Amino acid sequence: MPRQLKFYEAIQEATDQKMAIDPSIYLMGLGVPDPKGIFGTLSGLSEKYGPDRVMDMPTSENAMTGVAIGSALLGMRPIMTHQRVDFFLLALDQLINNAAKWHYMFGSQMKVPLVIRLIIGRGWGQGPQHSQSLHSFFAHIPGLKVVMPSTPQDAKGLLISAIEDDNPVVYLEHRWLHNTFGDVTEDLTPTPIGKAKIVRAGSDITIVAVSHMVIEAIRAAQWLEKDGISVEIIDLRTIAPLDKETILTSVKKTGRIIIADPDWKTVGMSAEVLAIVVEEALFSLKSPPVRIAYPDRHTPTSWVLSNHFYPTAKDIAIAALTMLGKPTKANSLLEELIKQQAQTPLDVPDKEFTGPF
Amino acid sequence: MVTQESLSLELYREMLRIRLIEESIAARYHEQKMRCPVHLSIGQEAVAVGVCKAALQTDYLISNHRAHAHYLAKGGSLKQMMAEIYGKSTGCCLGRGGSMHLVDRSVGMYGSTPIVGGSLPVGVGLAFATKLKKESDITLIFFGEGSTEEGVFGESLNFAALKNLPVLFICENNLYSVYSPLNVRQPTERDRAAIATAHGIQAETGNGNDVEEVYNITSKAITSIRNGNGPVFLEFDTYRHREHCGPNFDNDIGYRTEEEFFLWEKKCPIKNQELKINADLDTIRSSILTEIEEAFTFAEESPYPTFDIEKEGAYA
Repeated sequence: MPRQLKFYEAIQEATDQKMAIDPSIYLMGLGVPDPKGIFGTLSGLSEKYGPDRVMDMPTSENAMTGVAIGSALLGMRPIMTHQRVDFFLLALDQLINNAAKWHYMFGSQMKVPLVIRLIIGRGWGQGPQHSQSLHSFFAHIPGLKVVMPSTPQDAKGLLISAIEDDNPVVYLEHRWLHNTFGDVTEDLTPTPIGKAKIVRAGSDITIVAVSHMVIEAIRAAQWLEKDGISVEIIDLRTIAPLDKETILTSVKKTGRIIIADPDWKTVGMSAEVLAIVVEEALFSLKSPPVRIAYPDRHTPTSWVLSNHFYPTAKDIAIAALTMLGKPTKANSLLEELIKQQAQTPLDVPDKEFTGPF
Repeated sequence: MVTQESLSLELYREMLRIRLIEESIAARYHEQKMRCPVHLSIGQEAVAVGVCKAALQTDYLISNHRAHAHYLAKGGSLKQMMAEIYGKSTGCCLGRGGSMHLVDRSVGMYGSTPIVGGSLPVGVGLAFATKLKKESDITLIFFGEGSTEEGVFGESLNFAALKNLPVLFICENNLYSVYSPLNVRQPTERDRAAIATAHGIQAETGNGNDVEEVYNITSKAITSIRNGNGPVFLEFDTYRHREHCGPNFDNDIGYRTEEEFFLWEKKCPIKNQELKINADLDTIRSSILTEIEEAFTFAEESPYPTFDIEKEGAYA
């Protein structure tokens, strides 16, 4: 039976339930057993499973990833957690040269079942080195799987699948999603890796989104509905391997596509989705596709700057209205957006939030 | 009971075997059939042989780009290594790895990689798993002195010490990182063993061209590790006779002197060990050459892998 859980509680529950049945799973990361339990995502597990399975680690992201890989070669199933994606960049050698390739380059004899949980920061002035997303970067590497849940149910389901997978899986969780609510099944229901989800069916336009941008897309669709525009939203859920079929089927139906990606535009996931659509469904398109992504600039610190940096539901709606030939409505929404950007800090996920995080 | 005499002979034979295998690779490399980089261990055989002789076959081993000697000394299949270098489907990595990626899990050889320092923490991770699983095997990690300049070296020492892991770090100091001599990379007074000691790890250094010394130092280290005293760091001085990568000598290109080369050639571990044994060397040699010939034939006659994009999957 589903009940309402917060996103962070869903992560905790998946981890707890899997650890209870699989003794080869262990958790490792800076602050993993800390009193705050990594934003609540691991609360209580240190007490329940003890220091041999829930462990802190030296501030050595690179070597510790290698240690996790080595242990995985002998049948362990480590889950590493980093409180920001940005810290994990120190471990790219181990991730790309070893974790991603060990199975292939040693003739398929060994496997690296490794989950790497990375938290994407944003807002409250976290700035250039605490707010990167980088999922496109990880997805570029053969051998890695990259998942990005947007709902509590998928936070649980994708973590279950990631733990059960025999490959290294990069699990990216957006900090702004941790406190969101949703139905979550009590049992271990996996969300399949590599399968997108149609969040909302529609006929006029397809919005492909991922992670936090799914929330923005849903808001945009609710406004657009009032203008008689029927939006189909696809939550990719997995970036690698990408579910091409779901994207192409939808675009062939609607003939229009907007890709909303919480990442930089250039050589990003949004470009990849667009390339697939152009290669395989070009003649289904009724109008040029649009990408809503971050400008190719560093993620800002001051809320005044970040108000202009991050695209919102309004940006998505404006793009949709323009695409569907409703410039008057688009213009009035743009005016609202400009006003909002000038007046209110948009650097927190909701008003109850008072920082820091 | 192994007598000193039989041990000396075994150490000699194993070094000679590796030497002859690699000389055969060098001799045939020009045929353009071994189409991958080869980093020959010629000159450095004593470290691999002395260390592996002191360990058990069930112990784990992780190595670097110059891995032939480690793989062979640990007992890895010669035929599968040769087939791998020939890019054949019968190779130890099914033709997906090449000379720099050698594996034979049946003898504890868990892989070698050419990213300097990159395999160190993986080896520490193997040891960590054995500790978590309460198994008794130890892990041998071979690396060059260049690896000690990588940050991951210190990180690996730290974690091995922190968790008191059953790891033997074996640093082969051959004085060069490709063409870069040690003195442009590390201060001349640098004591790498002291770096290990500062991390709380026992350390010792020795003559890497004296196989019996390597064996004796390693035996003592392994006994300490098996007794639960935690990791040990060993550094052995040695010298590669040939170029960094490839079959040739390269004393003429200017990064090291002929004098230095001849000095080390006089310290050749195999020549020196030959003085300590009393055996029919021709018989030893010819039995090794027969085995080598069989391995080359196996490699040459084996089929190439076929490229099928579906089977050539990126995922496990």
